[in-house]
Formats: sequence, C-alpha cells, structure tokens
Amino acid sequence: MGVPAGVVPHEYDAVIVGAGGAGLYAALRASGRVRTAVLSKVHPLRSHTGAAQGGIGAALGNVEEDRPEWHAFDTVKGGDYLADQSAALILAEGAVEAVVDLERRGLPFNRTPDGRIDQRRFGGHTRNFGEAAVRRSCYAGDRTGRMILQTLYQQCVRNEVAFFDEFHVLDVILDGQTCSGVVAVALATGALHLFRARAVLVATGGFGRMYGVTSNAFASTGDGPAMLARRGVPLEDLEFFQFHPTGLRGLGILITEAVRGEGGVLRNGAGERFMERYSPSLLDLAPRDIVSRAIVTEIREGRGFPGQGTSGDYVVLDATGLGKAVLEAKLPDITGFCRTYLGIDPAAAPIPVLPTAHYAMGGVPTDDLGRVVPGTPGEPYQGLYAAGECACVSVHGANRLGTNSLVDLVVFGRRAGDHMAAFAAGSDQARISTGDLEPARERIGRLRPCRGLPGPTPQTLRERMERLMTDKVGIIRRGPDLAEAVDELEEIRREWLGLRPRDAAAAFNVERLEILELGNLLDLSLLTAASALGRTESRGAHAREDYPSRDDDRWLRHTLARLEGDVLSMAFRPVDLSRWTPAPRTY
Amino acid sequence: MILAVAIQRFQPERPEASGRRKFEVEAGPEERLLDVLVRIQRGLDPTFVFRRSCGHGVCGSDAMIINGRERLACQTLVRDVAAEGGEAVTVEPLRNLRVVRDLVVAEEPFFERYRTVRPFLIAPDAGAGDRERRQTPEERSLIDDATNCILCAACFSACPVVAGVNPRFIGPAAVIQAGRFQDDSRDRGFAERLAALDRPEGVWACENRFACTRVCPRGIPVTKLINMAKRRIAEFKKGAGRSPS
Repeated sequence: MGVPAGVVPHEYDAVIVGAGGAGLYAALRASGRVRTAVLSKVHPLRSHTGAAQGGIGAALGNVEEDRPEWHAFDTVKGGDYLADQSAALILAEGAVEAVVDLERRGLPFNRTPDGRIDQRRFGGHTRNFGEAAVRRSCYAGDRTGRMILQTLYQQCVRNEVAFFDEFHVLDVILDGQTCSGVVAVALATGALHLFRARAVLVATGGFGRMYGVTSNAFASTGDGPAMLARRGVPLEDLEFFQFHPTGLRGLGILITEAVRGEGGVLRNGAGERFMERYSPSLLDLAPRDIVSRAIVTEIREGRGFPGQGTSGDYVVLDATGLGKAVLEAKLPDITGFCRTYLGIDPAAAPIPVLPTAHYAMGGVPTDDLGRVVPGTPGEPYQGLYAAGECACVSVHGANRLGTNSLVDLVVFGRRAGDHMAAFAAGSDQARISTGDLEPARERIGRLRPCRGLPGPTPQTLRERMERLMTDKVGIIRRGPDLAEAVDELEEIRREWLGLRPRDAAAAFNVERLEILELGNLLDLSLLTAASALGRTESRGAHAREDYPSRDDDRWLRHTLARLEGDVLSMAFRPVDLSRWTPAPRTY
Repeated sequence: MILAVAIQRFQPERPEASGRRKFEVEAGPEERLLDVLVRIQRGLDPTFVFRRSCGHGVCGSDAMIINGRERLACQTLVRDVAAEGGEAVTVEPLRNLRVVRDLVVAEEPFFERYRTVRPFLIAPDAGAGDRERRQTPEERSLIDDATNCILCAACFSACPVVAGVNPRFIGPAAVIQAGRFQDDSRDRGFAERLAALDRPEGVWACENRFACTRVCPRGIPVTKLINMAKRRIAEFKKGAGRSPS
C-alpha cells in the first residue's frame, strides 16, 4: 500500500514497543536473527526498570542451599494460588539461566568473598516450601534494576539495534487475529510513523500513575495494554494491584524491601514491631500485600505516628540497627533518598513510610512464550506478543513477590524475543491497508489545538481519577465504593472526549502526549475498578471488606475484562494448578 | 510560599514566546522543584515543556541548569533553591547541546559520543557459557563509582572544555562509561577502546577543571576517574601492549 501523506513508513521483521528490561532483552535476542526495531517513549536508559532496587531472585544457591522448585512454590503461595503453576516453574528455572547470562554480559553484581554473585533475603522467599527466609535475591547495591537496564542497553548498542527514542505508540494494527505493525507518533516532530512488522512485542511497563501516590515514573501510563484493550484484547486480573509497603511518606518514592531483608523492621507509633502480630514466622519479610494491609490496619486503629498538616498518619521503617557500613555498602541510594527528601540519616533515625502504588499483577494475557492469547478458549494471536509488567502470564497471581518483577521481565522478555524472531523469520509481512491507520489518525486527529475551551482540563480529570483510585480502589476495598468508582470513571472517560490541547506546537507537545496518556490511564482505571467490583472475595492484593475470605470454590480463576466502546464485560479463565494444591496462606 | 520561577524559554514555532519568562507559583519548602515545574506546565502554561520520568534521581531525564548550576529538578528541593535566591529560582536548559524546545535539548550528540567508546562488556564469551564468572569484591568495587552514572548529561553541560577549547571532546560521561569497562576484571576490550580514548578528543582533552565533579548528581568523583583512565592508558602504552586487565 502507499501510506497516507504525512505518515512516515518503516519496515522491520520484529518491532518492540518499550525499552525496559523486557523489551531490551527481547531486542537482544531478536536482533541477532531478524531486522529489529525498538520504540520507546523515553530514552531506553530512562525506562522504569531502572528504578528497581533490591534484587532479582534466582535459586543459584551461592550462599545457602536453594532450588528453583522452592522459588516457584513461594511465587505460587505468594500469589495466593492464583499464579499458573507451570509458568511459575518456568519463571524460577529461567531465573537462574537469565541471571548467569546477565552476569556474563557484564552486570556488576555484588560478590561473595569467594567471588560469586552475592544473595540476600527478600519478602516471601523461603527455603524448603516455607520453612524460613532464604537468601535468593541477587543484587547490585540497591540499583539492581538500573544495572539490568544498562547492561541490556549496552548489549543492544553492541548489536546495533535500531532505536526509535521518544516515540509514543498509538495503535497496533490487527486484522482479526493477525498483527502486522504499529502506529506511533515521534515526539520530536509530532509526525505519525507506521512500522510494518511480522511480529510486534508490547513491553510498555506498568500503569501506577492511575494513583496519586506511586513509586512509578511519569511515563508509566499503560500505553500498551490500553491500546490493545481498544483493539478488543481482554485484560487479565487487573483487580490485583500491588501497594509496596514502604514508600517515602508523601512522595511515594520506593524504599526497597532489601532494607528489611538486611534487618530493618517496621514500627508503629508506640515503637512496637507490629508485624509480629500479622506474620509470626516471616515478620517484616511477609509478602507485600500482607505488610501493606498491616500498616493500614495499624493506622486505622490509631497506632500510627500522628501526621502533620495535610499528610496523614504513618509508620516507620527502622534501619538504625543496620549500621552505617551496611547502609552505605548495600543500600547507598536509599541512604541518599532519605537524606535528599527527608533530611534524615537512616543510620541514625527511622524512616517515615506509607504504602505506595507500585505494580500491576494483571495485564495483557499471554502464554509462556509471550504470545498474546485472547482468553478462553482461544488460539494465540499471530505475531502479537507482550512481556514484562504490562503482561500477565500469569506468574504473580494475586500478589507478586519482591524481586519477581525483574525475574519476570528477563525470563519472559527473553522467551518472547526468541519466539518472535523465529516467528518473524518464518512468516510473511501481512498486507496493510490505509484503513488500518484510521483509528490512530482519528485518536490523534481529534486532539486539534483549541484555546479557551470551557470545561475540564487534563489536570482536573487526572486529579479526579487519582483521588477515586486511591480512595475507592486502594488497599482495602468495599463493594459500594467500587461501584461508585466504576460509575464516576465512566463519567470522567466521557469528559475526557472533550479535552483539547491548548498547545498548538508540533515539536514536543507534552500536553497532547499527556492527554493521550490520561486516556490510557482512564481505560485501565475503569477496567481495574470493574474487575475489583466483580471479584467478591479477598485474595492476595485484592482485599474486600465485604468479602473478607478467599473463596476458592467460586474465585480460583482468572478475570478477563473487556471494554468495547463503553461496554464492560467479564469472562474467566481457569488457573493452572498442575503442581500444588491450594492451601490456606499463612506465614 | 510563593516561589518566583524564571524560565529560559525557547519556542521555535512561536519566537515571540521565547526568552526569559517568569511564573509565580505556590510551593512548599519540602517539594521537589520538579513538582513546581509540573504545576506550571499543567496549570499555568501547557506550552512549557521539559523531560521527566522517575522523579527521584535515578533515570537522568530532568537535568537542567537551576540557579546557574546543573542539577536534577527531581533531586532539588524548593527550600534549597529558595534559600539561594530569595524565594526566586532561575531555570535554563543544559548547555553544550542544541535546545529543541524550552528545557528539552537534543541528546543525540551526547549519546553519539557515548557510543564511540564501545560502552559494553567486550569478552570473547560474553553472551555464551552457562556459569557465572568469578569477580572478587575488591575487583567489583573498582567499578562501583562508574556504574553509578545515569547519563543525565549534567557533566557534559558543565564541561568548560566542550564549551570552549575542544568542542569535540567526547565528554566526561563517555570517559566514565569507558572506564567502567576498562577497569572491569571481566573485560578484554581495553585496546579496542583506545581508538576513541587515546586521541586529542578522548581522555587527553580533559584539563582537570572539576566542573563535572561539582555538578554530578550521583556524586561520582568524575575528574578522579578520568585521571585514572589517563594513567591506565599511559601504563598500557608503556607496557608495550601488554593487557593490564
């Protein structure tokens, strides 16, 4: 086909959208075999994988006995038995291989005295099916994610991968079940680009920006999953959203679980180590959903430290027992954040913390090769892949364990890259017609600049969304709140249609970008709230005050939420329970 | 407090909107300057643009000149800049890179120089083998400072050599990124990187002016590492090509 005037055409075998850990690993694998391009909204080195701190779990057994099977079991139990068990085993076995591969490609892991990759404790990771905490997390100071990101980027530079930096994806071209490319806007010029491809991987990361207080970057707006949802792909298990227990109070900046792995403890306003009451065996290293709920409960029952002014009550993370040497050697970034943002030295004073919106367990449903699957029953899409936080394999089930986000993106980023390269090499470029570009052209074309338009601004709608998600779709949920959230999000989505940018520039039009991002966040917020309303039980990170128990008879199944225009619908998919029988989740 | 923020604007499509513009905005002393800039952009003037992402000093997107010095807006608190300027702050784009719009500069020349040093592990078996290599904690600590670099380009902007004497100097960050591998016990690419480093636009362009060290938002002793790189290259050449690594 000829492309419409003003659209810049490209053709590759494999096109990867997103340059965090999953996208770059896939690019590294695919680039040796087929023509590969990577599109990224920010420069790859600015991707949010770089904010991951504490480590990547892998049963290397370098410092004590460990086995991938134990890691897989912890992942399944940590996910409150909603994880697909064969996939969890692939995750745990793939972790060992991926960590060694990263080391060989130059990742600067901390080392044991005898020169092997050092490992430390992390929440929910145990030896021998729950006996006691195990040292499984391989780490590079408290900048493990950044070192993974840099190592993969360096290797992609070596492979001369074609990068399209600061390109914002608008649409994926799908004809029935076959994917043939993506449409993106170049932020530097505002021009539309068409990338024809035999295989497309969506690896755009998370969408924590649905919430007002989050550890997530500005760029974490779920562009990939929202784009696929608009094309009729259902999204899986969105009701499971993780709140990390220890965000810096007020700012939401992540304070890694490794602080507790190294011996830090949480305390309430009375100085009590309150986790003793919630998780007698793992204490502060219980899985994150349990710790976050414990913090909320302490505060609700009046045992927090009193907040001042506009900021609410809080608890503290006490790392004073670690000593200056450990903090500086193993947690230097955290030490710096405390100094910069709070003016405190964590070696001398406890750190004020509150849970912060952190990670989407759910996302685009895929099989364990990264292929997008429309649901149940269903054949995978042809040439369409997803990996990393935006995908749902599912390995995290109802709650992800610490370090497993990095494990997920390296293991499944690699697998998706391998499969997409093989697929692209053996298939033909599907035809693209001018009509295929219409949804993207319509979406961006509607955003003609307009000054002085009455009505809501992007900022007022964003604030309403953030407040709703925080108040009504947060850590502890109630049916009536969720129903109100669904109604109001539908209303905000209608108002979003009336937004127009006031900025008329073509180059770096941030306002237009942010309107598009807000549209993505609103779609994902609505799907998240609706999925949470539908699930009338409590499991993992999804805690319902009105349905406080886990209900395996009705709810041991994955949710698939679909949004067609304004119509929401829910379907379900069974959980793979091939290995372990669900049991009560106690720690 | 009301903070007066003076921003150096550049609007290529509206030249009349370029130049220094002042915004007065409510700001709390504990807020990041980034929060204030976002408030200006989202609330007061949607045509004001700048890059940002992580918001806590690890992604390197929001390096800019704040009160005359390179810093990350997300690592700069209102109380600190307000104290310097009497509740007023000036914000400008990085130097030594072409301004695209407002605080957005063209990063490609910076990354192009970065790529010339072959900033990746060079080892015959880098991507092969199924066992981790050994590296002692002492060997690992040699590269600790350099691995802390986030390529924010603050040092490149501050470098007086790039600004004047030798505009084609690859810049402090590229040298740091090369040194990160030159000093890695696993790397075998020392000689291969000399093409970029051992030339007038390479390490030898550095004049020890320490501007890079003063502005590095990660606290990396940049000048010291550049001098170590110089020393290692000199030793390597004296040793008649015997690989020091």
